[in-house]
Amino acid sequence: MNEHALMFAYLISGALFVLALMWLCSPTTARRGVLAGEIGMLIAVVATLLRSEIVSYEWIAIALFVGATIGTLMAVFMPMTAMPQRIALSHSFGALAAALVGTAEYYLQRPNISAFTMTALGIECLLGFLTFTGSLMAFGKLQEVLPQRPIVWKGQNFTNLGLVSAAVLIVVVLIAHPGAPVLFPILIAVALAVGVLLVIPIGGADMPVVISLMNSYAGLSGAAMGFVIHNPILIIAGALDGSSGFLLSLIMSRAMNRSFRNVLFGGFGQLQTTGEVAEGRTVRSTTTEEAAEILRDASTVIVAPGYGMAVAHAQQAVRELYDLLSRQGVDVKFAIHPVAGRMPGHMNVLLAEADVPYDRLCDMDAINPEFDSCDVALVVGANDVTNPAAHTDQSSPIYGMPILEVDHARNVIVIKRSLNPGFAGIDNPLYYEPKTLMLFGDAREAILGLVDELSSVAAIA
Amino acid sequence: MTEIEVGLYIFVLATFLGFEVIRQVPKLLHTPLMSLTNAISGIALVGSLVLAGAQEARFATILGTLAVTASTINVVGGFMITDRMLRMFRRRQAERRKKVAS
Repeated sequence: MNEHALMFAYLISGALFVLALMWLCSPTTARRGVLAGEIGMLIAVVATLLRSEIVSYEWIAIALFVGATIGTLMAVFMPMTAMPQRIALSHSFGALAAALVGTAEYYLQRPNISAFTMTALGIECLLGFLTFTGSLMAFGKLQEVLPQRPIVWKGQNFTNLGLVSAAVLIVVVLIAHPGAPVLFPILIAVALAVGVLLVIPIGGADMPVVISLMNSYAGLSGAAMGFVIHNPILIIAGALDGSSGFLLSLIMSRAMNRSFRNVLFGGFGQLQTTGEVAEGRTVRSTTTEEAAEILRDASTVIVAPGYGMAVAHAQQAVRELYDLLSRQGVDVKFAIHPVAGRMPGHMNVLLAEADVPYDRLCDMDAINPEFDSCDVALVVGANDVTNPAAHTDQSSPIYGMPILEVDHARNVIVIKRSLNPGFAGIDNPLYYEPKTLMLFGDAREAILGLVDELSSVAAIA
Repeated sequence: MTEIEVGLYIFVLATFLGFEVIRQVPKLLHTPLMSLTNAISGIALVGSLVLAGAQEARFATILGTLAVTASTINVVGGFMITDRMLRMFRRRQAERRKKVAS
């Protein structure tokens, strides 16, 4: 394929990527967007395969086959509840690819590498390897292979800052002396270590920010590769990806009331337990029967789902409850906090999977005024996003974070496994409010219990 | 303009375009968005393919082959799962339309 045809193919593919994102702005056109993205990718790959540089196809064929098989299996067999892990894992693969190509390019071109190319190579490998291990860590934490709690130690930020500075310094030296021995492997090692160390202090609840930040890094790494191998499609796709991840993490961090600096450097480690559970406060535990009765008497119910719903695979049960209550004339809505779950929009996907109509899912700002006139707020596995301490307790680590104001409802029913604090390790005063009833148990079983109770009573009546 | 300058132009403009487009995506679709951009970031496949097929050096072919495998997982998995996710959103809508019609 000649150079002009190739560039034209890349141009079409770049345009299709932009269209893909534009069509993703509405649920009605979103699938068309995916199709546009797929065609764009196909054009880019086929055009690349026809390039004159490629002389041998056997390894490519094997790699494509193996990759496509693994990718398909991952897509088909990953349950929707494991979506955050899967995205994290996918980032790590994409970033690894970029980093490996960067490594190979460095050794192929050495020692005659221009300052500009070396800068791009440095960025590509640093971000690529960092994202590789960082995303694997995020995957491990979400899959609960690794402890989800933040792991912190003294001088952690100092170590991280030191390592990042070391990496930047190595890149600078390499720009001046691209042929310098051993520096490149050291850069790789440092980048891999930084990825691990950046994510270790971050608790499970902060993963949405990490995952979208890793998305951004993977994109930027790809864009840097585009500069190294002079490929415009890589620059376009990488830039789109980089800006998308960056913007999403910005939205997330705003929703959690974190400073952006905090997000960029992954310094959420400070979010530690203040842990003094006040003495003498009691919680009111309730039974399925009592909770069902309260729900039956309600005319408006707002459900506030959280990560606990995902863990317990309770979305289907929640839908049954929704159907049942709606049929009995109860107005049921869902309050979606922007950072509920482990990735942006996590709750939307799960509830969509369970066939809850998406016009019943309300954003935090839209739903908050409605809690005042709502009979029952049903909290399903959500904790920190409903914690009124964010409004009232200045010493709380989440002070200032916008929350779902479930405490404004007339009754609050909280379905929760135990009184253990959430990932941030913060005590939730909501549970000690006189109007709050705690229904302890697995979210799925608790909801199914409510469904049984409500439908049996309905059958008698 | 040199090639580098053209590249920087593309990069900066595409970044702004990305910001503008992605700002329009509703919160409802943020997870599919993340999944789709993840699939698109598998574009590293393009660079990997050249490396794996150019046979410049044995180590480069090995690294390239690994990179092709990794990025193909990213691309194929990313697109398929995004579509699977969005199918759920759509099915709901089709049903609602049916309900409204009947």
